[in-house]
Parts: sequence; C-alpha cells; structure tokens
Amino acid sequence: MNPRGFATLFYKEMLRFYKVALQTLLAPVITSLLYLLVFSQVLDEHVQAFPGVSYTAFLVPGLVMMTVIQNAFANSSSSLIQSKVTGNIVFMLLAPLSHLEVYLAFVLAAVVRGMLVGCGVYLVAMLFITVPLHSVTVLLLFAFLGSAMLATLRLLVGMWAEKFDQLAGFQNFVIVPLTFLSGVFYSLHSLPPFWQRLSHLNPFFYMIDGFRYGFFGQSDVSVGLSLGVVTLSWLLLSAWVIRLLASGYKLRN
Amino acid sequence: MTAAITITAVDKHYPRVRALDGIDLTIEQGEFFGLLGPNGAGKSTLINIIAGLTRASRGQVAVLGHDVVSDYRAARRLIGIVPQELVFDPFFTVREVLQIQAGYFGLGRAIDPWIDEVLEALKLSDKANSNMRSLSGGMKRRVLIAQALVHQPQVVVLDEPTAGVDVELRRLLWEFVSGLHRRGHTIVLTTHYLEEAERLCDRIAILNHGRLIALDSKQALLQRELGNTLRLLVMTRSAVDSLPPSLAALIRRHDGDCLELELPRTLDAIITALDALRTAGVVISDLQTRHADLEDVFMALTQQDGGV
Ligand SMILES: Nc1ncnc2c1ncn2[C@@H]1O[C@H](COP(=O)(O)OP(=O)(O)O)[C@@H](O)[C@H]1O
Ligand SMILES: [Mg+2]
Repeated sequence: MNPRGFATLFYKEMLRFYKVALQTLLAPVITSLLYLLVFSQVLDEHVQAFPGVSYTAFLVPGLVMMTVIQNAFANSSSSLIQSKVTGNIVFMLLAPLSHLEVYLAFVLAAVVRGMLVGCGVYLVAMLFITVPLHSVTVLLLFAFLGSAMLATLRLLVGMWAEKFDQLAGFQNFVIVPLTFLSGVFYSLHSLPPFWQRLSHLNPFFYMIDGFRYGFFGQSDVSVGLSLGVVTLSWLLLSAWVIRLLASGYKLRN
Repeated sequence: MTAAITITAVDKHYPRVRALDGIDLTIEQGEFFGLLGPNGAGKSTLINIIAGLTRASRGQVAVLGHDVVSDYRAARRLIGIVPQELVFDPFFTVREVLQIQAGYFGLGRAIDPWIDEVLEALKLSDKANSNMRSLSGGMKRRVLIAQALVHQPQVVVLDEPTAGVDVELRRLLWEFVSGLHRRGHTIVLTTHYLEEAERLCDRIAILNHGRLIALDSKQALLQRELGNTLRLLVMTRSAVDSLPPSLAALIRRHDGDCLELELPRTLDAIITALDALRTAGVVISDLQTRHADLEDVFMALTQQDGGV
C-alpha cells in the first residue's frame, strides 16, 4: 500500500478545485440560489408536493442534491480529461499508485467538492427559508452516496472521453436530463402514471428522494429502497471502473 | 547482479502499425545505454512499455527483476522516466510539482533537501516558486528531468531529452546526466543527435521499424561495420561535374568542389583514388581523412535494413 501516494493524489485533486474556488465553489451556490428564488416566487402559492410542506421548502433538498451531484460529476473527470489532453497524466501513471488508490483519490476529492458545494447551498438557503431536519445521518449518507456515484460515473466518462466535447455531450444528454427528471422540482405523485414508472428507472430519483427523506421524514418511495438502489448502483459502477483502471483501459493505451 | 532492465520477446501492435517486433534486450546496472533509431522506429514505445505507460502486446519487461505489470509498484519505484513530450501541470509551481511527484512515491518532507539539490544541479533554484506556465521550454524540460529523479531511482531513462534544446542547455544536461552515471545510476538515453550518443554512451542499440538491428558496444559498432574504411574529403580548385566512373561506387557526398569518398583503409586505395581524380583533370586544393563515426554506422545499418 502507498497511503501517502493516495493522500497526495487526493490532496492534489482538492487543491485543483480550491485554486479556482470562485468558479468551483461560489458559482454553483449562486446558480442554485437563483433557481430557488425564481421558482419559489413563481410556484410557492400554487404547488404543494408533500402535505404540510411549502413548495420552497420542498425545493431546497432537491436543489442541494442537484448541486452535489453536478459538482461531484464536474470534478473528477474534468481533472482527468484535462490531464489526458495536456498529457500530464503521465506523472500519475508513472507513480507506484494502485488502481484502487487512484479510484479512491479521484472519487473522494469529488465527493468533498460535491458536499462542500451542497453545504454552501444549504447554508445560504437557510438565510431565506427554514426547512425541517429529520435525520442528519440519512442526509449525509445520501449526499455521500450520490456524490460518490456521480464521481465514479465521471471517472468512467473521463477515462473514455478523448475530447472535451464528448464530456460536455455526456453532461448535456445524460446527466442534465436525468437530474431534471429525477424529481428535483416536483414530487413524483404529481406525474402521470407512465412518467412515474419511467422515473423509477432513474437512479438519480432515488438519490434525491432519499435525501429529501432526511429533511422531511417523508418521501415518494421507502428510504430503504432508495438506499439499496443507490448503494448497489454505486458499487456496481465502482467495480466496473476499478476493473477498467486495472486493465489500463485507454490510460495505458 | 540483476540486470537493470530485462526486455524479453516484446511486441507492440497498434491497429495499423507493428511498433515493436520481438525485442530482446538486457541493460546491465551501471551502463550508459543509448537507444537510437530514426523517427517512428519504436523508441518511445519501448520506453513507455518499460515505464508501464503502455502495455506490451506480448512479452515481459522487468526493472531490476521486478515485472513492470505484475510487480509494478516495485518496478516504478526503481525507475525514473523523462518523457519525450514536454508535458506539465499548469496549476502548480515548480516546487509544488516536485513535492507532489515525491508524494506519489510515498515520500514526505524528508525528501525536500534532495529536491533542492536537484533544482540546484539543474539550475532551477531561482524558478522553484514560479508557476509551470511561466517557464520557457528549456526550463520545463529540466523540470521534467527533476520530476523523474525525485524518488532517487536507480535507473534513469531519458527519451530525447535534448531535442530542440539550445547548445548551452544541451551541455548542462550532458554534464548532469554524466554526473548521475558516475554516481552509479544506470542511464538509458534516446537521442537524435548521434554525436551525443557517441560522446556519452558505452553501449548502443539501434532500432528500425520496430526491430533491433544492432546491439553492441560503441567501439565495436564503430569498428564492426566501418572499422576498416575511412572517409577521404577532397577539396578541388573548381566545381567538378564529371567524375571518373571507377570512383562512382565510392562517392558518399558530392557538392560542387567538395567530394567525400569511402575507401578501404589502405595507402593503395587512397593513391588509386587520387590518381583517378588527377587523370580526370581534377585539381586538388586540400585533403582530409576522417574515421567513420556513429552517423556513418547508423546510416549504413538503417539503409541495409530497408531505408529510413
Ligand atoms: N498510440 C499510438 N497509436 C497508434 N500508433 C502509434 C501510437 N504510438 C506510436 N505509434 C506508432 O508506432 C511507431 C513507433 O512510434 P514511436 O515509438 O513514437 O517512435 P520513435 O519514438 O522511435 O520516434 C510509429 O509508427 C507510430 O506512428
Ligand atoms: Mg520518440
């Protein structure tokens, strides 16, 4: 094992986003606050997702989770593909780091970024609105699993993609639709049955639903189911990525 | 003693090219080894396989007895690679880059004095806190070398370190690498400058179209092919347009008033050649002989092998 090697890679990945904190931390916080202000102004009076919960309050967990997801995804592959395109990935590849160490360093750095940005959105939202807190444990668990899953996905896409457009394509055609159709802005019960069933195939739905349970103690599907789906998808995805890393897929020709 | 690098039956196939074809090569500890070959010969591919940056299609490579795939941690700790491409991480300063690289190898602050020593030797001390982006090409090249050395590897491999580098820096690098060699490191160098290989390397391999076409000590290589020939340079009073047919096969170079002939190393051969020139009415103004150098050997070998 090479714990210091792992810690260095983790630290370097963290440093990378810390050095451009304005863009990586502040910008997402502002974006989601804009969502919050606009949607709550327009819809607060008209929509009730959960009984006894105002729409604005309902929206906060969804936005926090969306931010967590998007930023975890943004981190791990933008640095990987950047290193690939500029060629400086060789420095990591020349080092005695195992596939597991590389995987963990990239994913954990992205998790930290996702959760930091999520915290930022949450804290700032708290200035405008109060949201109940049902279970901090559930909350942190889902924030961790959601960001870890997206970070893993991003690592996968980062390994596969050779150009930035491919990455942007994945973000625009896969991540954004899946996030928007996962119930960030609405409760699943407000959808027609066909769309409800379709949403149940979207793993992002379970992340957001479980995360929301952490705040309100109520959710569209049982929190146990969400936990199971999210954990299982993350583990499967991770096993795949670690295998690819071990095989040298695209990184070692 | 375990060999520094053992390469056994290595092939590398890309979809459209056979970059390496059955390479067997052993480099002993303490050698200064030159890996030569024209562009596209497969030098970088071989180095990347040694480095673990590329997987061979077939065959094995070991660094000081450690297989570069199955025992990659040990192998990578023992080898330092200076890649051919001038790559760098624009986010960090020179010192940060070196500390991060040392960290990857599991080394902490205890290595800082060594980092300072390397920076000093490569004349980079005053750039330690500059961002990588602000450095000139030559400085970036030196940082690449420093990065390859942070973990004090026994074996150091440099892939065309002096390509596109000015004369002054080339001399600095020669001195630096020779210093490493004197201190017991095994050095593997690829270069385009045959003069460089001739000056520095003890043993030389020549690669062409992915195959090893020569492997010998520098002296043996210089003698084996062309050791009993010499080059005769003839300056003539005026440009020569028609040459005696008897000399045609011996001419290696002919521009205007300068002729270069390759002759057997005998007085007879020289006299016969000069006689033929005089008979043809050529007036000689100056004569020089020189021994074959690596460039001649290289040209001869790669041409025998089917062109460059
Ligand atoms: N990643 C790659 N994909 C396909 N072909 C490659 C790749 N890398 C190198 N080659 C080919 O392999 C051959 C050897 O290249 P290389 O090892 O870079 O040669 P050298 O370093 O001796 O100039 C060349 O024909 C080159 O085009
Ligand atoms: Mg090359």
